[in-house]
Amino acid sequence: MVTGLIAGQPGLTWNIADDIRQLLLYPFMVNAFRAGTIVAVAAGALGWYMVLRRQTFAGHTLAIVSFPGAAGAILIGVSATVGYFVAAITAAIVIAAVPRSLGGRARSGESAVIGTVQAFALACGALFVSLYGGFLNGLTDLLFGSFLGISSSQVLTLLVVAALALAVLAFIGRPLFFATVDPDVAAARGVPVRLLGTIFLILLGCAAAEVGQITGALLVFALLVMPAATAQQLTTRPRASFVLTIALGLAIVWLGLAVAYFSVYPVGFYITTFGFGGYVLATAGRTAAGRLRRALA
Amino acid sequence: MRTATRVVSTAVRFDQAAVRIAGRTIWSDVDLSVARGEFLAVLGPNGVGKSTLVKAALGLVGLSAGSVTVLGQPAGQSGRQIGYLPQRRSFDPSLRVRGVDIVGLGSDGERWGVPLPFGTRFLPSRRAAAQRVREVIELVGATAFADRPIGQISGGEQQRLLIAQALVKDPKLLVLDEPLDSLDLPSQASVAALVSRICREHQVTVMLVAHDVNPILSYLDRVAYVARGGAVCGTPDEVIRSEVLTELYRTPVEVLRASDGRLVVVGEPEAPARHTDRHSGTPGTPGESAQPW
Repeated sequence: MVTGLIAGQPGLTWNIADDIRQLLLYPFMVNAFRAGTIVAVAAGALGWYMVLRRQTFAGHTLAIVSFPGAAGAILIGVSATVGYFVAAITAAIVIAAVPRSLGGRARSGESAVIGTVQAFALACGALFVSLYGGFLNGLTDLLFGSFLGISSSQVLTLLVVAALALAVLAFIGRPLFFATVDPDVAAARGVPVRLLGTIFLILLGCAAAEVGQITGALLVFALLVMPAATAQQLTTRPRASFVLTIALGLAIVWLGLAVAYFSVYPVGFYITTFGFGGYVLATAGRTAAGRLRRALA
Repeated sequence: MRTATRVVSTAVRFDQAAVRIAGRTIWSDVDLSVARGEFLAVLGPNGVGKSTLVKAALGLVGLSAGSVTVLGQPAGQSGRQIGYLPQRRSFDPSLRVRGVDIVGLGSDGERWGVPLPFGTRFLPSRRAAAQRVREVIELVGATAFADRPIGQISGGEQQRLLIAQALVKDPKLLVLDEPLDSLDLPSQASVAALVSRICREHQVTVMLVAHDVNPILSYLDRVAYVARGGAVCGTPDEVIRSEVLTELYRTPVEVLRASDGRLVVVGEPEAPARHTDRHSGTPGTPGESAQPW
């Protein structure tokens, strides 16, 4: 990262208003905050369902395939953004197409297929990078994220995709929750469990592709898993944990971007670290509270 | 085969029904009838097609012959009046969702969209729905643990909440597939008593699949024993007898009565290897499987 040089050595002061003014001094930083906000909301909403559905492995793969997607797009001279979305959505459809005819037990088969797809995707990414040649700086960004050079048109793309994904999620939200926690009863009540699963994976692909553009392909989980896992530790009320997920996502993105701006290390590291810290605190707090309650009882 | 004498008040009626799945006849020539408000147990050895029988009544499995009438309509057309509890094991212990939310899905889970925030405060219909959820939870005696994460309560407590979920819409027919399976004996007894109380006090017809008749024997109006060739249906005293079951299974079956009134059925044939089907769909379904890595 060369932030420090570009921003003319920004330095933290004790004046918070001054720090925020510094943060928003440059258009690239404003765009980074816009993109981060959009991505945090989309990732929080879809990540909440993903954690509940135990589909973190599928989510991880959707994130990983955005690496060859972006690398391939750059190789053939299209925008990396297009590559992210095309790859993630294609992978979502492939994973959803894994036959589940064997009933519930097929999930182990599903994870094997997902693992296979993921390994192949990473290999393709490596090939594209070496075909392009002399692309090493970009490689780090693709894998570990960057908040530099997010253009206004890229922000607009993120916004449109996120809005569409969230609108679809709002429409299928309740039956999807039903199909997630109680698939047999949901199916008996006429909920199209399989179709909802496919739609959900495609939405998850969109979210993974969005997050990947900020945190890099390898750190997508920081925003897809961590806020949701933390919120579900803290409350068992579905609505409360959903809102909390999005709030946590926003908090760690804003904090991560701000700290990365004043530092020389990658933004993906900071976002992930704040998410990790929140999760550890929540788990420790819940364990401690449980012990205390048992001790008092 | 006994035919129904009270045709008008029949809740479920199978006429010469047969089901074939993947070219294999599960059962055929099944005649049975349950009057409204009766408690029927569907019995038989593992893999004989007991679940298929209740699924046929629900319209989830198509017939290859005969007919099934449920609450005066062809099977599958009285959906809202039926509460169904599929065969299952239990919720994943790590599922952090309250029991009351699971019960609430019974009232509106299949509706598109998401509930508006604060709806229970401002919308009368939502308030009534929330009230109804609390009511059925009270009815099944689950108030004390309904607010705890469902994965962390016992199997018997989960079963009570699932019965509450099936009851939310005030069904006329309650179909329970092995609700006593994998429960310990005291829980089996209390869940059986609960189902019987619902049946008597709320005039709900109950079809309950079980592989052991004893926990429910004292509550039953009728039993249906299922076999490949057909089924016998009648009162427990009529059906659970050595000669009746011997004829049904075409192999010597002996029914013994222990001194405490419990029945022991000896010599029931085990069905050809279909045991794997029994719990398919339970482990590994979303929300239940362990994380795959």
